Amino acid sequence: MVKMFFSLEWKSFVRSAGFKANMFIKIIMVLAALYFILVFTALGVGMYYILQKQGLPPLETVNRFLIIYLLIDLVIRYFLQKMPVMNIRPFLVQNISRKNIVAYSLGKTLFSIFNILHLFLLLPLTIVLIVEGFDPAGAIAWFIGVSSLILVNNFLNILSNNKSLVLYSIAMILVAVVLFTYYGILDITAYTQPLFDSLYANPVLVAIPVLLLVFIAWITFSFFLKNLFLDSGLKEKKSDAQTENYTWLNRYGVLGTFIKNDIKLIKRNKRSRTTIIMSVLFIFYGLLFFTGGIEAYEGPVWRIFAGIFVTGGFIFTFGQFVPSWDSSYYPLMMSQNIQYREYLNSKWWLMVIATIFTTIIASFYLYFGWEVYLAILVGAVYNIGVNAHLVLLGGAFIRTPIDLTNNKNIMGNKQAFNSKTLLLTLPKLILPLGLYVLGHYLFEPNAGYLMVAGAGVLGFALKNKVFTLIEKIYKTEKYKTIAAYSQKA
Amino acid sequence: MIHVENLTKTYAGTTVLNIPNLEIPKGESFGLVGNNGAGKTTFFSLLLDLISPDSGKITSNNILISTDEGWKPFTTAFIDETFLIGYLTPEEYFYFIGELRGRKKPEVDEFLQRFTEFFNGEILNGKKYLRDLSKGNSKKVGIVAALIGEPEVVILDEPFANLDPTTQFRLKKIIREIAAQGDVTILVSSHDLQHTVEISNRIVVLEKGEIVKDIQTTVETMKELETFFAV
Repeated sequence: MVKMFFSLEWKSFVRSAGFKANMFIKIIMVLAALYFILVFTALGVGMYYILQKQGLPPLETVNRFLIIYLLIDLVIRYFLQKMPVMNIRPFLVQNISRKNIVAYSLGKTLFSIFNILHLFLLLPLTIVLIVEGFDPAGAIAWFIGVSSLILVNNFLNILSNNKSLVLYSIAMILVAVVLFTYYGILDITAYTQPLFDSLYANPVLVAIPVLLLVFIAWITFSFFLKNLFLDSGLKEKKSDAQTENYTWLNRYGVLGTFIKNDIKLIKRNKRSRTTIIMSVLFIFYGLLFFTGGIEAYEGPVWRIFAGIFVTGGFIFTFGQFVPSWDSSYYPLMMSQNIQYREYLNSKWWLMVIATIFTTIIASFYLYFGWEVYLAILVGAVYNIGVNAHLVLLGGAFIRTPIDLTNNKNIMGNKQAFNSKTLLLTLPKLILPLGLYVLGHYLFEPNAGYLMVAGAGVLGFALKNKVFTLIEKIYKTEKYKTIAAYSQKA
Repeated sequence: MIHVENLTKTYAGTTVLNIPNLEIPKGESFGLVGNNGAGKTTFFSLLLDLISPDSGKITSNNILISTDEGWKPFTTAFIDETFLIGYLTPEEYFYFIGELRGRKKPEVDEFLQRFTEFFNGEILNGKKYLRDLSKGNSKKVGIVAALIGEPEVVILDEPFANLDPTTQFRLKKIIREIAAQGDVTILVSSHDLQHTVEISNRIVVLEKGEIVKDIQTTVETMKELETFFAV
């Protein structure tokens, strides 16, 4: 049975539409995974000695911060870990027990990189502990206990993706912990450290995390088993629709018609709504640079980097995927009475409006000095003038269909913000950095800003020319795009 | 109205469509029948410039479809669900299409009133997005949207599939009414011979991409088609 599921899984992986096109990205991701494995292993081996050298008791120190490690793991999982995707419907009426179906989909998640990666940290650490003369029974109990908690996170994540009650409870606990710790009211690490310590001191206690794991695994299992019906768990959630007319946009003619549609697109699909959330997060990303929170980020060159990032969130997360947002009804768009230029123009305006909006919100950076805000303004000009064009140009070649409804299904995956987005973002950041460096080091600091802003203004002035070019490419790519979009991702 | 010349389309060495010559005059109601894989949808996709022909050309109103977009203002179509925008309500979708075809909201509202019977109370004010409608209901939306804005050419691929029997009758009535106006060229494909015979004044049978029958509808047409398909 498992073998059969496995072969299906393999086929769906190899035969997916984007498999070949994404080879490059897959290689990068494998490299990244290897890198993390290396880092984790090195950390697992070295941590003991590093802590010892600092004069800290190694195991106790690790135990102290373990709770934070686990909490961060949970947050990272929520945003990045894909949910078990298996097309379950066709199996329901086959001669396979429901228990098998659920067990397989859940069992699969155990082998996710998000679980395995931790082993590369915990296992070497445990071995070092034993080598250094710690009680083997205690060390092994500690290892099993912590690993179980990692797997508990795995199931908590699955549950919180499907039950908003779990999600909100966890989120509230997290916020409370962060606030309490920040204001020094309560140091949660002081309470949890003894718990982890006792795992080592009293190996029998390992039964508690293991039982906890069994318990939550069972809850998840029965939750899915109970919901494995077309009209409950597998049913797509439907919300009441409300017709909205946005008549105030009518005065902009066809442009208004498209913008109206795009607003609805963003508002009514989870996948596209995430872009708004990401844009807001991008705004705050600049704090890392301007508060001196991370040493490596100091220096004037990084300012312009931050400026591009702070105001470019929407361009990078939404603009990057034009016209894929319209992929599910692309044939309609192509056979309607639509001029490409108007279509592109509406997307462009949307990006411009969003960029201006974020620039205004980002005015709180004035607190860090006018120079900081100047960098953000320059970044905004560059984003509007150059990057908005670049993403539209790139969009003609991306051709990855976006399934807007994908997030709705109980076993759907999250593909809102993935490694691919980041990868495509890089060239759009490096160019302005280069321009700035040229100006900054050849002439004087402000010349760098002028160079970047100048490039933005120039791009803006050439808008019509660039649009003609982009329009031409969209037209020549039309048939390929339609064909690519008609394949389901 | 529509003129096809030496049109071929080949996928991986297999010719899926090969039409040396076809003339569809203005105002004709043109029925296209054929088994699965006969090339019906391929032909319609070529008419809408959604795929490019390997050779030959199609002109509509003397406009070369593959190079000039001038056919778009007078042509509408409903091929499949990729012609629907899932996150819109039916009303919003009709207004969207209406605006693209230069029809304001009140005009669209007035237009929709003619279809109250066809919608059977299941489409308008339903508080549902198109993606949540049943197959039959979303088909109704697609068909009606393809009639907005007084098009001169209407292309409907399998409009009867998924519709309930009552709605099928109503759709036939609607198509006959449009055909009776005399200035709208309407192209319909279907697996249902009876329906096609009832609504078309000319029927073309495709088989493996080639036209094997081209008949003006008469009383004997149904019998002729049945003999042809009963193998």
